[in-house]
Amino acid sequence: MRFVVSQMELRTLVQLGIIGLTFFMLINASAVLVLAERKIMGFMQQRFGPYLVGPHGMLQPLADIVKLLFKEELRPKGADKWLFTLAPILSVTAAFAAFSTVPWGAETTFFGLLDEPVKLGVADVNVGVLVVFAITSMGVYGIVLAGWSSNSKYSLFGGLRASAQMISYELSYATALAAVVLLAGSLSLREVVDAQSGTWLGVIPSWFVFLQPVGFVIYMIAGVAETNRAPFDFPEAEQELVAGYNTEYSSVRFALFPQAEYINMATMSAVATDLYLGGWHGPFLPPEYGWIWFLLKVGAILFTYIWVRWTLPRYRYDQLMRFGWKWLFPAAVINLIVTAALVLYFNA
Amino acid sequence: MPETLIFYLLSGLAIGASALVIGQRNPMYSVLMLIASFGALAGLYIQLDAPFVAVAQIIIYAGAIMVLFLFVVMLLNAPKEDGADWDRTHPLRLPAVTRVGSMLAVLLVVQLAWALMEATGVGGPVAGEGNAEAVSSVRQLGRTLFTDYVFAFEATSILILVAMVGAVMLARREEERP
Repeated sequence: MRFVVSQMELRTLVQLGIIGLTFFMLINASAVLVLAERKIMGFMQQRFGPYLVGPHGMLQPLADIVKLLFKEELRPKGADKWLFTLAPILSVTAAFAAFSTVPWGAETTFFGLLDEPVKLGVADVNVGVLVVFAITSMGVYGIVLAGWSSNSKYSLFGGLRASAQMISYELSYATALAAVVLLAGSLSLREVVDAQSGTWLGVIPSWFVFLQPVGFVIYMIAGVAETNRAPFDFPEAEQELVAGYNTEYSSVRFALFPQAEYINMATMSAVATDLYLGGWHGPFLPPEYGWIWFLLKVGAILFTYIWVRWTLPRYRYDQLMRFGWKWLFPAAVINLIVTAALVLYFNA
Repeated sequence: MPETLIFYLLSGLAIGASALVIGQRNPMYSVLMLIASFGALAGLYIQLDAPFVAVAQIIIYAGAIMVLFLFVVMLLNAPKEDGADWDRTHPLRLPAVTRVGSMLAVLLVVQLAWALMEATGVGGPVAGEGNAEAVSSVRQLGRTLFTDYVFAFEATSILILVAMVGAVMLARREEERP
């Protein structure tokens, strides 16, 4: 008997495949990023980095995961049983969910397999930008609860710092996003990307980074603070707080926190690519292969993240707060007002 | 009817979580239950075809205000309320005060029930021409807010500004104290 698949079933299968692929890529993003981070760090410090497991140490993440899986799971006596278990789950769930509305490729029919093109990306929501922002802002609960439920001073301080830091930088982050939304005239990430197709004067790609240089810088700085990475890694400042919010965690529960952090980094970079770097639009490649451009751009931003981490020393906490409230936020607001005025002037 | 099922599921979650907010002894759990309740409400907004309102609910209430609540609870390290050391002499726990309070609560329930009986159809006071679209599209929502409801909008913003100035004032006074 021949196995017949109707067009509609095929479509559903392809959609499910896209969702599965996105999930798979995100899981592996954390492994690849751990390796990339250690390799790049090694390069910057004039050493090799991991080199023993597999060729050139390529299988190091696998060894790390196996090691973490076989560690004993510890829970401190005074810890809050439920919240201690819930915190890492919340963290990693929010990290995965935030990617759900991020599109990563143009519409494609998969070489004529489908009658109508499908969109590459998990979901296309008309308020996509806000959904990403909303879910990212939920990620702070994982860290805060981990800090509180561990019943340890260091963890508590890590959690407190995380909540203060993330609230402060969310404002600048959202204000920078709003300027892009004004330019594109839409809250859908896909429409924002499509607003950046084409070129100016035939050479310069019409990406929003050229219209919003200040906004892009603000977005990147706030993004580093939101993902708790150096130079803003106060929730886990190891010289002061042992390991910060995840001090009391071990085994898989511990592994989920760095995983969430790396997935958040990937999401942050993917959103930056969609908002400022034209998403999958780029020269030379036909639109069906736009996702290659997307991956290249995300990779470039991730490299910058790692580069920044291993070249800049950590701020002091009061400096972080002063910078966030007295410099970054006013700059973001002025950027938004100027953008709004210009959009109004040119559209009128 | 999956939509009705989801509606009852979300409303049940919202009501249950809200009841647990005041039912919990541990303030930390109360805050978390409130977040769960807000999440369920956001789900209900999505069902009402108002994704923007739902996302705004998550960003503002669950994402920002509740983080501040959690921050305060953690910072004060508020202890669990134990049944044993309930302060019976507290002015708010005097029998007369409790009686007035429960009367007010009953009154509130009656009022709510009455309001629900009176309101027919969709929307209530907001119902009108083209309002379904006004809620679902961000553009329309913004236009409605800045034309029809501009007074309420500006009044709210002034109220929030006053609250902010007041909070700063209180914080400053604390600082000057020896």
